[in-house]
Parts: sequence; C-alpha cells; structure tokens
Amino acid sequence: MADQARFTELAMEHMSSLYSAAVRMTRNPTDAQDLVQETYLKAFRGFHTFEEGTNLKAWLYRILTNTYINSYRAKKRRPEQSDVDDVEELYLYRRLGGLEAAAAGRSAEEEVLDHFTDADVKKAVESLPEQFRMVVLLADVEGFSYKEIAAIMDVPIGTVMSRLHRGRRALQKALFDFGMARGLVDQRD
Amino acid sequence: MFPESWGSGGFGGPGCGCRDAVHRLYHFLDGELDDDRRSTIRRHLDECQPCFQAFGFEAELRGVIARKCQDQVPEALRLRVFHAIEGEAGPLGGPKLPPW
Repeated sequence: MADQARFTELAMEHMSSLYSAAVRMTRNPTDAQDLVQETYLKAFRGFHTFEEGTNLKAWLYRILTNTYINSYRAKKRRPEQSDVDDVEELYLYRRLGGLEAAAAGRSAEEEVLDHFTDADVKKAVESLPEQFRMVVLLADVEGFSYKEIAAIMDVPIGTVMSRLHRGRRALQKALFDFGMARGLVDQRD
Repeated sequence: MFPESWGSGGFGGPGCGCRDAVHRLYHFLDGELDDDRRSTIRRHLDECQPCFQAFGFEAELRGVIARKCQDQVPEALRLRVFHAIEGEAGPLGGPKLPPW
C-alpha cells in the first residue's frame, strides 16, 4: 500500500513535538504514549482525505487535540477556576525588576530565564487550566498562528486570542512562583 | 497599569505609544499585526528603551518556553506506532522499518 510509505515519510517527523504536547496535555507519559499512538492510527486511517500541500502538522495536532478531549482528559464539565484576571501585563518582567534594570541599562532579568530548568517550565505549563494550557502549547511551544489554532481547536480566533492572553499571564505567574520556590528570584513588592 | 519608573524620563506620557505598544506586544511577537500597526510599533521601539527591553524579554521568554518544553520520544513508542500502522495496512503493506 503506497499510502503507508507516504504517510510514514510525511508524518513521523512530527512525533517528537506531538509527544511533547501529549505529555503536557495528559501530564502523564504513559497516557501520552497511548494518545500519540491513537493519533497516528487515526491519522493513517484518514490519510486518504488529507490533501498534500496543506498543513500536515496542524492536521495531526487537530487529531491529537480532539482525541485528548474526547478520551483522555478528566471527565469534568465544570470549567477550571483560575485567578488569571488578577495577573497584570508583563508580570514576570516586572517581578524580576526589569523596568528598573532597563532604566539602569542592565538586563539581568534575561539571565534569570536561563536558570529555569526544563522541569520548572514544564511544571509551570502543566499547572495551567486546560483551556489555557492548550493554546499556550500550540502558540508558544509549537508556533502555530491564531488561525491555525482556531482550526485545530474548533474555536473562533477571538477565543484563541483571549485564552492566549490570559494563559500567558497565568504562565508568567506560575514561572515566577516556581522560581521563587527554588530561590531563583527574590520576593519583590 | 504602568509603573512609576515607566513614566519617568519622558517614557509613558500621553501619546508616546507605550500603552499601545504593550497592549499589542503579543500580537507583534506573534506576527499577527497588519503592516501599519507593525511599523508603528517598530518606530516606537526605536525610540523607547524600556519598551524595547520589555519586548526583548518577552521574546526571550518565548524562546525559553519552547526550548524547555521538549520531551524525548521513547524508542518503544516509535516502534509501537510503526507496528500499529503496519498492522492497519496489512502484512504486505509498505517498506520494512524506516531509518528513524
């Protein structure tokens, strides 16, 4: 079957990013592996409907996202609560003293970023409420455009933008909290 | 919304563009602004050191998040996926193990 060779050639190179996203979504490597396998199987079954030349990665992410939503996420219908609205613009930058540093011609706050470990950043992303976590992953880790994210998640572009805006602020707060817990950053007013 | 330090030294005054720039910061970094708005912000960043620094920080943060959220695919998963697809395609389907 020619399809199989073509599918393998085109789709397998995306496994690394799909698996990383699956771990962030499920927060569990075992579930993530099952999710990725199911995604590839569904994609292979539907591959004859895929139009070559269009965005295969976005299509794979759409299958991953739908499979996760339908099969893996906790069966809860109540939206997760979050205090994101209290988080101001440029939260992390301000907390790291960026404004004062910029006035003094320093940029030490960027060095603080280097001290965050992979585990810090992963934990911070995984701590986000689900609807924010998904858009932050798709935009900031995978680099999809608003339009692509809207198509992947089946939501309007306006919803993508507002979730992204709030998700990024929540992520900055989470990063700061992890950084503070590990003593990377000082408590500031 | 803007701290004292931003407003000092001539930054952050009415009409100087800081508010607009920060408001559109993510759309700018996401490449989702039209050309007019993009060049307005570019001009502002040329003239405003605090905004330039803040944009630089946010861009760097974006890179850090992307770089530090990668997981190595377990070899067992690659094999599982390959065998699942092979099973789906049938015993005569396609080539043997590909080079990945």
